[in-house]
Amino acid sequence: MTEEFYRIWVYLSTEPLLGLTVTLVAYQAGMWVYSKGKLNPLLNPVLIAVVILVGLLMLTGTDYQTYFDGAKFVHFMLGPATVALAVPLYSQFQKVKSTFPVILASILFGSATAALSAIGIAWVMGASEQTLLSLAPKSVTAPIAMGIAEAVGGVPSLTAVLVILTGIIGAVIGPGVLNLFRIKDWRARGVAGGTASHGIGTARALQVSEVAGAFASLAMGLNGLATAILLPILLGWLF
Amino acid sequence: MTLGFITVLLVYQLVGEIISTGLGLPLPGPVVGMGLLFLSLIIKGGLPEGLKNTAKGLLSHLSLLFVPAGVGVMMHLHLLANEWQAITVALIGSTVLTILVTAGVMIGLTRLTGDSPSAEEIKND
Repeated sequence: MTEEFYRIWVYLSTEPLLGLTVTLVAYQAGMWVYSKGKLNPLLNPVLIAVVILVGLLMLTGTDYQTYFDGAKFVHFMLGPATVALAVPLYSQFQKVKSTFPVILASILFGSATAALSAIGIAWVMGASEQTLLSLAPKSVTAPIAMGIAEAVGGVPSLTAVLVILTGIIGAVIGPGVLNLFRIKDWRARGVAGGTASHGIGTARALQVSEVAGAFASLAMGLNGLATAILLPILLGWLF
Repeated sequence: MTLGFITVLLVYQLVGEIISTGLGLPLPGPVVGMGLLFLSLIIKGGLPEGLKNTAKGLLSHLSLLFVPAGVGVMMHLHLLANEWQAITVALIGSTVLTILVTAGVMIGLTRLTGDSPSAEEIKND
């Protein structure tokens, strides 16, 4: 019986089907926990899925490449999904046309602050160059951030995790920070949330105000574009 | 989700990749594709219903799509283990600063341009 089991495992562990299926199952498990926890940002479904999968691969002694041979079918969809981000960006753009120049200027400052402050703080605390470059795009939505990390010499997978952590931090402490400084304009609150903490901040903004959600969603897309263009230039000066 | 609009997205991605690699831009190809699609929609002046639905379908589980890449962090756990203090302080400090600078510039500029918030745009507590 055990031998039979082992033979099946040896066969499946080299097949793409297994990597693909466990990815979907782990993500569903993450979504289940997240919805049971009333969408608390601390229970981020992606983070849960990543922890489950890393644990599983380590327990079974499976290397990442073997896993990725299956999971790459999911990964491939990132490209077209990134292009598709133009659609919500355009819809939100239509809604806020008159305020657009102001939003764009705010996001440019926000984008530069996000990258430079993260690099500066981590550098002072002795982080390696690899970590600095992976940290730089951490406020940008994950699909774009990973592309940026790759383009500037960071580690895309490390960036993906740092992006999620940034989103969680922004969603958890962002509203408190904005309250502390008595910022009551939903438009500014939304733009700040979307710029600093991308989709997770946008989801948080949408829970409390439709106006904030729309501005956050626009800020998320624009900050992705702005950082992709700005960051290589900023890094060119720094490194 | 229609095959036609999935093809449109792939074509924009492909053109984005070609422009990015061809010109040696540090921009990821899909981001160039996204920028081009955004510009096309502005020039066209409208959003086709089919494209809207295709994008919605694809983006409804956007976060699933970066799970496989995220799992790759297992190869860099030593970085997280050795530098977690610097990373934690940088993430928290930078997030607070980014929120304050972005909201601050936005508040300053809306006042400067006289674009004051309407009643529904103000948080009342």
